[in-house]
Amino acid sequence: MLKKLFPYTKGYRLWIVGGVLCSILESIFELLLPKAMSNIVDVGIAGGDRNYILMTGLRMVLLALAALAGGIGAALFASKAGMGFGAQLRQAEYEQVQRFSFANIEHFSTASLITRLTSDVASMQMTLMMCMRIFVRAPVMLITALVMALTISLDLSQVFLVSIPLLAMGVILVITKVGPFFSALQKATDDVNLVVQEDLNAIRVVKSFVREDRERQKFAQRSEHLRDTALRAFGFVVIFTPLVSLIMGGTIVAINWIGGHYVFNGLMDSGDLIAFFTYASEILMSLMMVSMVMMMLTRSIACAKRIVEVLNEQPEITDDAADSSLTVADGSIRFDHVYFKYHPTAEAWNLDDVNLEIPSGATVGILGGTGSAKTTLVSLIPRLYEATEGTVSVGGHDVREYTMEALRDGCAMVLQKNTLFSGTIAENLRWGRSDATDEELRQACAVACADEFIDKMPEGYDTRIERGGSNVSGGQKQRLCIARAILRRPKILILDDSTSAVDTATDARIRAGLRGTLPGATKLIIAQRIASVMDADLIIVMDDGRISAMGTHAELMERSEIYREVYQSQQEGVSIDG
Amino acid sequence: MAENKNARPQGGHGPRGHGYQRPQNLWGTVKRLLKYLAKYRLLLVFVLFCLLLSSVGSIASSYMLKPLINDYILPGDFAGLAKMLVLMGAIFGLSALCSFVYARTMVRISQNTVVELRKDLFDKLQTLPIRYFDTHQSGDLMSRFTNDIDTVSELINSSLANILSSVLTFFGTLVMMFVLNWRLTLITVFFLLMMGFVVKFVGGRSRTNFQKQQASLGSLNGYIEEMIEGQKVIKVFNHESKAVEQFSTLNATYRNAATRAQAYASSMMPAMGNLSRINYAATCCIGGLLALRGIFDVGTMGAYLVYVRQVSQPVAQISQQVNVLLAAMAGAERIFAVMDAQPETDEGGTVLVRVEKNGENLTETDRRTGHWAWKRPDGSLVELRGDVRFSDVDFGYTDDKTVLHDVSLYAKPGQKIAFVGSTGAGKTTVTNLINRFYDIQDGVITYDGIDVKEIRKESLRRSLGIVLQETNLFTGTIADNIRYGKLDATDEEVRAAAKLANADTFIRHLPQGYDTVITENGGSLSQGERQLLAIARAAVSDPPVLILDEATSSIDTRTEKLIEKGMDSLMEGRTVFVIAHRLSTVRNAQAILVLEQGRIIERGDHRQLIEQRGRYYQLYTGQAELG
Repeated sequence: MLKKLFPYTKGYRLWIVGGVLCSILESIFELLLPKAMSNIVDVGIAGGDRNYILMTGLRMVLLALAALAGGIGAALFASKAGMGFGAQLRQAEYEQVQRFSFANIEHFSTASLITRLTSDVASMQMTLMMCMRIFVRAPVMLITALVMALTISLDLSQVFLVSIPLLAMGVILVITKVGPFFSALQKATDDVNLVVQEDLNAIRVVKSFVREDRERQKFAQRSEHLRDTALRAFGFVVIFTPLVSLIMGGTIVAINWIGGHYVFNGLMDSGDLIAFFTYASEILMSLMMVSMVMMMLTRSIACAKRIVEVLNEQPEITDDAADSSLTVADGSIRFDHVYFKYHPTAEAWNLDDVNLEIPSGATVGILGGTGSAKTTLVSLIPRLYEATEGTVSVGGHDVREYTMEALRDGCAMVLQKNTLFSGTIAENLRWGRSDATDEELRQACAVACADEFIDKMPEGYDTRIERGGSNVSGGQKQRLCIARAILRRPKILILDDSTSAVDTATDARIRAGLRGTLPGATKLIIAQRIASVMDADLIIVMDDGRISAMGTHAELMERSEIYREVYQSQQEGVSIDG
Repeated sequence: MAENKNARPQGGHGPRGHGYQRPQNLWGTVKRLLKYLAKYRLLLVFVLFCLLLSSVGSIASSYMLKPLINDYILPGDFAGLAKMLVLMGAIFGLSALCSFVYARTMVRISQNTVVELRKDLFDKLQTLPIRYFDTHQSGDLMSRFTNDIDTVSELINSSLANILSSVLTFFGTLVMMFVLNWRLTLITVFFLLMMGFVVKFVGGRSRTNFQKQQASLGSLNGYIEEMIEGQKVIKVFNHESKAVEQFSTLNATYRNAATRAQAYASSMMPAMGNLSRINYAATCCIGGLLALRGIFDVGTMGAYLVYVRQVSQPVAQISQQVNVLLAAMAGAERIFAVMDAQPETDEGGTVLVRVEKNGENLTETDRRTGHWAWKRPDGSLVELRGDVRFSDVDFGYTDDKTVLHDVSLYAKPGQKIAFVGSTGAGKTTVTNLINRFYDIQDGVITYDGIDVKEIRKESLRRSLGIVLQETNLFTGTIADNIRYGKLDATDEEVRAAAKLANADTFIRHLPQGYDTVITENGGSLSQGERQLLAIARAAVSDPPVLILDEATSSIDTRTEKLIEKGMDSLMEGRTVFVIAHRLSTVRNAQAILVLEQGRIIERGDHRQLIEQRGRYYQLYTGQAELG
């Protein structure tokens, strides 16, 4: 995992090295102080040497100043490195997501991808910063303090043979035990949040059914469970600090007793004894710091794992087999024994042996009930998903022979669940083609019948669209999305139930407009309303992943029972005058 | 835009800036939080006592170094030394015990307080009117339960004790230093002042930079969210490289802002720590000189130096914890703001009761008779029939903008009333008034002849079944979800309701049938299937009045045809209000009301309206837009 993350430190490695060096220097300078102090006591005071005291004092101040510089340097370098690393990691992850196919995106889910890109990365950059400081400092302090203690008195240092293992045991015990406690805590927290989230989302349902009390009960139960779990987890964690201070206290008592004898017998100076206390506490403190970092690391490891999962995810659809010079020449489409399923482990096929031949320039209507795989069928054309078996061809070539860019330049699809982005209407439309002129925008909007409401807006094409297009109505959004797709001037235009929120009259006008624009382009229209596809050259009726019938309106009225049923369920509305 | 009231605001995923939020009314919030802690008064006194003991213990054990060295080690009194060390060990033990006890007690107090706080907050939320949820983003409300509660919990859990113990240790240590040698302590005081200056200077810089960091983080995370949510559109339009380009700019802006903010924030600790070391160095030097003059001895110096090392720690601690304290207070303030919101008023005295029916006579009963009646405050019973009237109703979501004008309508028991009109015409609004999600400004709505304002809301809503435009399911099994309509429904009732809604077939095809667990609002089900479940949920509650708000909009016409029979039997004998997207669904209504801009412009049955050749005719023939 570290190996996977390491490359993203590129460009910041000097900062990391610098930060680590500063940290090391800070720790060492800092730990030279107590020994200098003991010299003042044992040499300066004992010998009555005023000059020595002054000189050593000055040296100590300089050491402390150097440590200050080191510390601040370490902080600055760590900030630079941490944030730089975070930015590169975020960048890499984001770029990776851009390479994802639809299947990859669905594998992670949108919400999870967002977390992985935001808070997980934030946690990683903080971790690097902390590591550069504490994780470097703690071992350096430990070693330096140990060395200093050993040079002062090898014999007295034997107390560490008892206290360090004791402390280590305590630390290990706490850390191993604390993991399960905290994952239980996390789960309990998630449970509580889920109740709140669902309650907030469904507040109208809750109130309509007068289920406030039930929600309260549900919440109280989870909330109390969370409390009990938290009590267990935190109740255990608080043992840590007293345990450490107890071990520390014991060590100091022991040093006093043994060291006292040494001092009295002249084996050790009293200044050294005082310095020894300091080193002893530094040793134990740094051990504690290590353990705290370890605890923090276990949390970051979870975040790192989630990021690496994204980075390691194999983009399902790649340009590996593509010929980069190939562009979509015409709008003919061919499905040759195509099978498809969303999950490799699923039993049933979502598309089951589909064979289809659509000549370039045809207008094709696709009908079928909910879940009959209409969307799935057309998604294979711009290669949003990869056919599991069989081949899909566009313009006489297997879709895999095109680069995705060339293929998707050639076929524009208006998704069922479509999105506009924050920005002006013109900016949104130019997603279709970035160099489109104002006149072209107007033309596309006229075809999509979007001009009528855009012209009414005070700022026209410069009207700002809020995030997700939340400030335009569903019908307006759909028309803008159609205009955006028309601007591409594709060879194949796919409309996936793209006029469901538009009234029938406007729908008819859009269809009429489409007939006149993009001559030669193949148009595929998925619709609920038969009226939307009735005059198509070819109508495909989908049922449960198969093509149930194909033909013109008249042919299908004769041959397809499903088509007739759908027609009858809708016909009153369209033929009221007839 | 009444229909848009259902639209969910985008919840902010981005982490919120924690460090530097300031509460508006600090003391008011503190007082209120203290009320929650009041019942632990005795425990808190006990905690304070333990804190005091443990601080005194740690200060005393450092002080003991002086007599240990001066009186026992240097003269070689080992019997005395042993005694002193036993005492010292006892102090360490006691001090550790005390700190364990108080930490554990604080955990208990904090968790119990937080559970109560959470409960009060959630309970309050249940009483708030729909209007409140219209004007507050769910992500924002959610963060009161997560971020805000967490900061309060952290405060009580550890910060409070930390601050107290730091203050105690700080002053205790300082006093002991003055006792040991007041002259040397002046050096420490000087350095403490310097530290105060650093806290003020670096802290101030850090705060402004932090705000910049949070602002750039906000726009970065906002961009990420928007792009990831629209990722499929990006793919379709080959927009990947553009999306990366903009991202890179935002990412770099954030990196620079964050680097600056972090640099300030993280240099605080080393600055403080190393200032304390300079202090230590200066103290050693001057202490040594004083010792030469005989004003100072080695034992005192040993103890004194321990204090010098100790005294700056609380300063750093406090400067950190004060931020936690302030963030927690800001969090508590936001929690209390929700608790202070005006709850749904309910002045109704009329309630729904089960009755036994003997001819025309009604008697109240506890048995499940299938008959219901309204019990007026005077004790009289009015049979529940499902007769709903609007007389000259005016309504607006805000006072300055009226959405419904002069709406009058009369639904006889068992009638099907349909609302038709374009988006924003006020169709959903009408139904939201019957169940009193909103209160009308003018006019009267009666239910079985009783003004709905006189009916207790709980009873009113219990008598209405609603299938909303947006289906919301809960995590749990399919059966649980259907049972939401009637908590004590038997398995047979659940299944019968599912059959009625034509949901039984698809449910039985699921791997675990009715026991299949749904998560994430039924994400694994299609929109149509979720709507069928919502219909089943309404069916099981068996209400006399049914409101169907675009209940079949996501079901294709063929499937709709299939469930039509179920819907018909569901609607039989009930008063039904239907809002429909497709006009084919409303054709058999007894009355169709065409709404436009908050007014009823046409009314009649299908045949009459077609003959009128008015707005309905236009909508029906597809000459006008329908929402």
